[in-house]
Amino acid sequence: MAIGTLAVQRKVSLSEPLWVRILLISIALIFLVLFLFFPLLIIFTQAFDKGWAVYLASISDPDALAAIRLTILVAAITVPLNAIFGVAAAWSITKFRFKGKNILITLIDLPFAVSPVIAGLVFVLLFGGQGLFGEWLFQNDMKIIFAVPGIILATMFITFPFVARELIPIMQSQGSSEEEASVLLGASGWKTFVHVTLPNIKWGLLYGIILCNARAIGEFGAVSVVSGHIRGLTNTLPLHIEILYNEYQFTASFAVASLMSVAAIVTLILKNFFEWKMNNGIGESV
Amino acid sequence: MASVQQARQHRSLPGFGLTLGFTLFYLSILVLLPLSMVFVKSSGLSWGEFLGVVTEKRVMASYRLSFGTAFTASVINLVFGILIAWVFVRYHFPFRRLLDGLIDLPFALPTAVAGIALTTLYAEQGRLGQFIPMKIVYTPIGITIALVFIGLPFVVRMVQPVLQGLEKELEEASYMMGASRLQTFRKIIFPEILPAALTGFALTFARALGEYGSVVFIAGNMPMKTEITPLIIMTKLEQYDYAGATAIAVVMLILSFILLLCINGLQWWTSRKILEN
Repeated sequence: MAIGTLAVQRKVSLSEPLWVRILLISIALIFLVLFLFFPLLIIFTQAFDKGWAVYLASISDPDALAAIRLTILVAAITVPLNAIFGVAAAWSITKFRFKGKNILITLIDLPFAVSPVIAGLVFVLLFGGQGLFGEWLFQNDMKIIFAVPGIILATMFITFPFVARELIPIMQSQGSSEEEASVLLGASGWKTFVHVTLPNIKWGLLYGIILCNARAIGEFGAVSVVSGHIRGLTNTLPLHIEILYNEYQFTASFAVASLMSVAAIVTLILKNFFEWKMNNGIGESV
Repeated sequence: MASVQQARQHRSLPGFGLTLGFTLFYLSILVLLPLSMVFVKSSGLSWGEFLGVVTEKRVMASYRLSFGTAFTASVINLVFGILIAWVFVRYHFPFRRLLDGLIDLPFALPTAVAGIALTTLYAEQGRLGQFIPMKIVYTPIGITIALVFIGLPFVVRMVQPVLQGLEKELEEASYMMGASRLQTFRKIIFPEILPAALTGFALTFARALGEYGSVVFIAGNMPMKTEITPLIIMTKLEQYDYAGATAIAVVMLILSFILLLCINGLQWWTSRKILEN
């Protein structure tokens, strides 16, 4: 009885009056509906505005298919490279002590703070017609700007920190004792990494990869600067959406946008799954 | 003795040279070398020319717009971000988990998609725009709405774990000593979440200043009125005015560096707060 009263009292002391709770929840819900739910909803209502036939025609248009292929190609090159970099950076930063570590971490974060337009601009300054290597590239008949390599470079720059940023805190909190034991027992560095470290960071790594991938397929500003917007050749999906929209082909534009929205929703589901796995993993080891 | 042992232990793991070497190489080639080009290229301009470009009337108007909208959007996200984090952590209501998962949508959705969706939604004849008595699309209000969308997850995701980690005993003690709920929030809870909230604010602000994809559709891009600074860089590039584009990029980059340092400082403050608890 006394315990019951105490529990009730504790509950009262740590919560707000009912009307305050309802008010705060309502404000939060209205805000989320206006800013998140409605924008997501309108993409699909606009995409199916003129029915299935128009929808299917929009997403099976040759230019749309070329844009899908290019976007997949860019992500397929960018994401693995940045994942390898992320693992290497996290290993060197969390397993060893050296001077300038904090500066290195800050520098890795740099692309997050740089405007996507500037990310595109720097590659134009390097490889564009008037750029540092422009003359040399022209003489050797190679093209980076207004071509696929430029798009890949700009996307790599933008998505550079994602995996590293995710892995560094995870590996820091896990420490190095398991790896040290493995090496002491005679395992090689690579073996230690594959059998000891990788299982520990698996979900965090996948989490970083999925966010890196979402940004890689969705990047607009940086890619827009270096792409040249050549239909069927250097148009990624976001650029294709822009072109359709500016040509007043709204239904087609939203049809392609709905494909990317489905990818975004899948990303969110996977992200939540990986997060849940990570938290469970911590629960098991503790 | 202990330190010798520690040092030996740290040496015992292989791969230091390889991983750090690769990290530095990749970072230099992909990020540092390209970024340094901005400063190299702009050094081709004389100081007078540089100042002329970056203080031109149209450019100045774009700074005011970019700053004003980014700051407003960050303040809105600061207030609503704390509120949403609070509601998610402290209350139970239908669809809470679903909405919690949806918070990160702006990170997963391509910015161009967000841009056309918001423009269509808030256009004068749009599903929401028709109920709003003032013009939103092609005005600074529209730009602010796009920036609120883009920055929405930052404050929520920074504040949420701090709220979750707060010890209830403190609040209980505060209640026992006769403090009202509002006083407890102001004096006990708010100081705890402040560093995280400010970090989220700074992250939103940095992202909003440079944002391009979601803004260009809703802004209308009228010079002096709704032209953001990244768009000016874009326009100058399209006119092959590389020197001009680079000069403005220098101004934006220096600002980004300062913001990044602030964010790092705030993050350090946040982690110290968490350690204290």
